[in-house]
Amino acid sequence: MNDLLVADSVSKNFGNFKALNQVSIAVPKGSIFGLLGPNGAGKTTLIRIINQITMPDEGNVLLDGQPLKPEHIKDIGYLPEERGLYKSMKVGEQCLYLAQLKGLGKAEAKSRLKYWFEKLEIGDWWNKKIQELSKGQAQKIQFIVTVLHQPKLLIFDEPFSGFDPINANLIKDEILQLRDEGATVIFSTHRMESVEELCDHIALIHKSNKVLDGKLNDIKRQYKTNTFEVGLQSNNSDAVLTEIKNKFEVLPATFRNLNDDIKLNIKINENTSSNDLLTFLTSKAEVHHFVEVIPSANDIFIQTVKNN
Amino acid sequence: MNHLPLIIKREYLTKVKNKSFIVMTFLSPLIMIALIAVVVYLSQLNNDKQRTISVLDETGHLEGVFQNTENTTYTNLNDLDLEAAKALVKEREDYGLLHIAKVDSLEDISDNIKFYSEESPSLSIMSSLERKIEEQLKELKLRKDGVSIAMIESSETDIDIVQENFDGEKSSKEGNIIKLIFGGIAGYLLFMFIIIYGNMIMRSVIEEKTSRIIEVIISSVKPVQLMLGKIIGTSLAGITQFVIWVILGGVLMIVVSLILGINLSELQTPQQEMINQAMQSEGGQAFAQKVFIGLGNLPIVNLIIAFLFFFIGGYLLYSSLYAAIGAAVDNETDTQQFMLPILMPLILAVYVGVFTVIEDPHGTVSTVFSFIPLTSPVVMLMRIPFGVPLWQQGLSLLLLIGTFMFAVWFAAKIYRVGILMYGKKPTYKELFKWLKY
Repeated sequence: MNDLLVADSVSKNFGNFKALNQVSIAVPKGSIFGLLGPNGAGKTTLIRIINQITMPDEGNVLLDGQPLKPEHIKDIGYLPEERGLYKSMKVGEQCLYLAQLKGLGKAEAKSRLKYWFEKLEIGDWWNKKIQELSKGQAQKIQFIVTVLHQPKLLIFDEPFSGFDPINANLIKDEILQLRDEGATVIFSTHRMESVEELCDHIALIHKSNKVLDGKLNDIKRQYKTNTFEVGLQSNNSDAVLTEIKNKFEVLPATFRNLNDDIKLNIKINENTSSNDLLTFLTSKAEVHHFVEVIPSANDIFIQTVKNN
Repeated sequence: MNHLPLIIKREYLTKVKNKSFIVMTFLSPLIMIALIAVVVYLSQLNNDKQRTISVLDETGHLEGVFQNTENTTYTNLNDLDLEAAKALVKEREDYGLLHIAKVDSLEDISDNIKFYSEESPSLSIMSSLERKIEEQLKELKLRKDGVSIAMIESSETDIDIVQENFDGEKSSKEGNIIKLIFGGIAGYLLFMFIIIYGNMIMRSVIEEKTSRIIEVIISSVKPVQLMLGKIIGTSLAGITQFVIWVILGGVLMIVVSLILGINLSELQTPQQEMINQAMQSEGGQAFAQKVFIGLGNLPIVNLIIAFLFFFIGGYLLYSSLYAAIGAAVDNETDTQQFMLPILMPLILAVYVGVFTVIEDPHGTVSTVFSFIPLTSPVVMLMRIPFGVPLWQQGLSLLLLIGTFMFAVWFAAKIYRVGILMYGKKPTYKELFKWLKY
């Protein structure tokens, strides 16, 4: 079994509203899995099913090959999008309480908390009440509570909201480190640049259906259009341009560069290799810029959602 | 995983450590005692007032009736005529003038008595005067008809039928009153407890929603455990507070009465007056004896155990209803309207207890209400002093606990469904379906 979590044809209805329709995903062990989709697509419902907050109407979910059961709660760490902490409780007490609810012993929880508090440099918060902390500070506590019991599966729903760029980076590094230490991460967000940075796999849910999933690189390969960004310099640019346009499909380009005369997106057909194009270009002008256009997660997201 | 002890502990500690809880725990008895002390003090102030009542008795029949007491002095103005007496009383600023006009026969005296005063006289003084005159006139009339006081006294009989069931258990009127009082106290305690602490449980259930921690919690524990933990933890906090109140109140009461030299037991309540009268009419000892026998005839062990179980059971059941309300709403402002419907069965129970159980403790109405879970804590407790078979008590208790568990389960379902609703009203059919998860 290489997949830590498998959801098999999961459906869920709320009254007449179908929140999930036969959605299947497989989250490989040790990966960061991006669960994407527009607002109201059904991501949160799927996450809640994985957390056993609600049950699917159809289909089943396997964790480590076993159907989900209450004991699995300690194997999952969940940071919901809708999150908060007991406001009048002290930070330390609260962390201990939540850790114990996840099945940790008190002494164990204490020593791990000490480690995390030192790591995130918040040791002096232990006796503060949550209401004395800022939103970002409370988010840090929330993050610690989520990962403290060292679950196999971590589920983060918009983990960076409320963080300044420095702390967001800090949390991002922690997530990557947790992944390196063997945790599997499901990551739900609307911030495509963090998907780009973090995710190995993605699945895209749209209008209750899964419309796309796989390795991010594979998907990008699938979505690439054999287009190259090209920047050229030549004394005779008009002639060169005409020549290129006769041979290839040319689109306007918008990349930023210093002083190239010709900026183009050139699309080649499948029979032509990038080397062919490059050879052709070098024979005509001086090549300053030659990059394959890789579709961003953002492009893929928008394109997929629009097409469906 | 069983997190119940953990949840109970947190709920309890959170409540007990709460500043306003601590303040109220120690302030309430102080305020209560201060209030009582003030009331007692004021009423004593009033009682201590010295007053003089002038009497103008033109008949001469009421001589020796008006004896001076601690606070009231009577002066005899028999030498004066009415106008002069009035003028004098006004001038001396006496409390008032009692005028008994000259009439021919004893029978006419009662229609010719007047009381003149600046302000309208107090009710208690008037009734005391009336009583005195009535007694004297009654005696005079009897004597006129040739009946002596001794004859009346010897003819007075006191009937107290001894009640005994076929097993030889005796009871008495006084015993019944004690039973009534016992049931009443149990009902009243339950009532107070629910009013004071029901809200606390409701707020505690809403807490996760307002602090938005609900999804974190609900992904760690089962809602049923959460509900049960909240109800038990908050109840324990309530009991803690209540015990502190009782102890602190008792100590303060003693301290205050010592310091101010006020005898708080002098605070006259109608009930005390009734008891006092009963004691006077029967002789204190005999009455005390009857009360003692009455107490001795109560099934004490059964009562204490039943009280504990039914009190706790009833309290938990009503708490779980409050919890269910807390689970159904999103914020506290929506909850006020639910208070009355919850208290209605309890009020009904007290009415049934007072009006039906005393009259017919084992009749159909009493029996039925002592099984219905919402009323049984009060009604059964009132029935038990009259002797209820153990199987009935057991069955009733079982029903009570069963209903409590059901209510907790139900509250938990509402709670779970509540977080899944996307702001649209579910139909009953859907609600029923969701309950299965």
